[in-house]
Amino acid sequence: MSNFFPRWANWLPLQLLVCGLVIGGPITLGIWYYFTPKYTRVGYQPDQPVPFSHALHVKQLGMDCRYCHSFVEVAGHSNLPATQTCINCHGQGKILPNSPRLAAVRDSWETGQPIPWVQIHRLPDYAYFNHAVHVNRGVSCYSCHGAVNEMSVVYEAESLSMKWCLDCHRAPENFLRPPSEIFNMNWHPASPEAQRELGTKFKEEWKVNPPVNCGGCHR
Amino acid sequence: MVRYFLFLLVLITILVVSIAGLRDYSFLPHKTKRPPIEIFPDMVRQDKVKAQAPSDFYDDGRGARANVAGTVPVGYSAPESSAQASEGVATMGSPYSVVVFSGKQDYADTGKIGTNWGNGIPFSATMATLERGRERYQIQCAVCHGATGAGNGIATKYGLVGVANLQQQRIRDMSDGEIYNTIVNGKNTMMGYGSVIQVPDRWAIVAYMRALQRSQNATINDVPTANRAALTGTNAASATTGAAKP
Repeated sequence: MSNFFPRWANWLPLQLLVCGLVIGGPITLGIWYYFTPKYTRVGYQPDQPVPFSHALHVKQLGMDCRYCHSFVEVAGHSNLPATQTCINCHGQGKILPNSPRLAAVRDSWETGQPIPWVQIHRLPDYAYFNHAVHVNRGVSCYSCHGAVNEMSVVYEAESLSMKWCLDCHRAPENFLRPPSEIFNMNWHPASPEAQRELGTKFKEEWKVNPPVNCGGCHR
Repeated sequence: MVRYFLFLLVLITILVVSIAGLRDYSFLPHKTKRPPIEIFPDMVRQDKVKAQAPSDFYDDGRGARANVAGTVPVGYSAPESSAQASEGVATMGSPYSVVVFSGKQDYADTGKIGTNWGNGIPFSATMATLERGRERYQIQCAVCHGATGAGNGIATKYGLVGVANLQQQRIRDMSDGEIYNTIVNGKNTMMGYGSVIQVPDRWAIVAYMRALQRSQNATINDVPTANRAALTGTNAASATTGAAKP
């Protein structure tokens, strides 16, 4: 019986394999690299209706986070300020009463309609995050939101992925801060060792025991 | 044939990387105004109202609804009980487990006894109360009134005028209830802070303000006798050496 398959067919499986690797490999790599919150979420910096600068208000003026985000210590949701909080200082006869950059604030104040701020840090609706629990137990704003005091326009600095949450829930001693420094955006541990030592102490003192089971965040 | 294929592959890779950038934003920033891509958003974005989020269900588009007249806050506790509760946990975080507001009409909530301003803190003020007051004062008040209450906060450097000097005799003579009411409802150009400062914190701020007023007008008679020698000694020494005292 003559050869049923031509001679080149001997190499066909190997060729197919190499071809698959050469095409499939880069595609897999591309998905691995780009299809993650580290790429899709980090760096999201939308235009806001009011060009509010955290760098100006926090770094230059030294205002506390809680002047505006007033209920972050008692509520699960860290509130955006009411328009009145802006008007406290930017009302008629006060600071920059007629600035065009504050037009949306004045409109809101006159009409009673909220300022349509664009939400940046957005967890999936099936993850339940509680701000109060975190800031009352040594997790700083900085740990999740980055150096907001340096941002003229706020962007998302961390991925907020589930793995990222678990990194801290499994080893909170790497992030816990002294209670007086939670809202101090300029505080940094002297060294990773010093942080671990401090963190371990606080973890024991405050009995910090973050949940790592599904029900902890997905109820 | 293979060469062309490899060439195309390298070209596509370079093209993708140069358009999409690297994900380490500190090295090659890829700040973007485009909302994050969510491929299957069905469970990620659910049809429920979240805090301060808009809702198409209502005509005005707001998810949060205004209180109906006569609404009673859930979980409100009188300042007495929360002040006691705060002593045990004062070292860590907020002393409250619930947001403490009220619509009641007694002295602790209005600063009024009958039709007159009352005097005194309506719960026993401790050192923890003053520390809490200092923290809240520095967050909410110091921006305009300054760290010592001298009316020279940072906002006054940017054109805010008419900020009260809390060290004035007029305000030193003011009753606690009236100061409480000013915190809640504002006065003249100051707007009310009642919506952002909880009831026990308002009284803690009043208590801390009184401490500030005493501190700025203290005499040697306010110093415990045991410590007076040290103070007067330093003063005498600095006077003789001519060292400038701040």
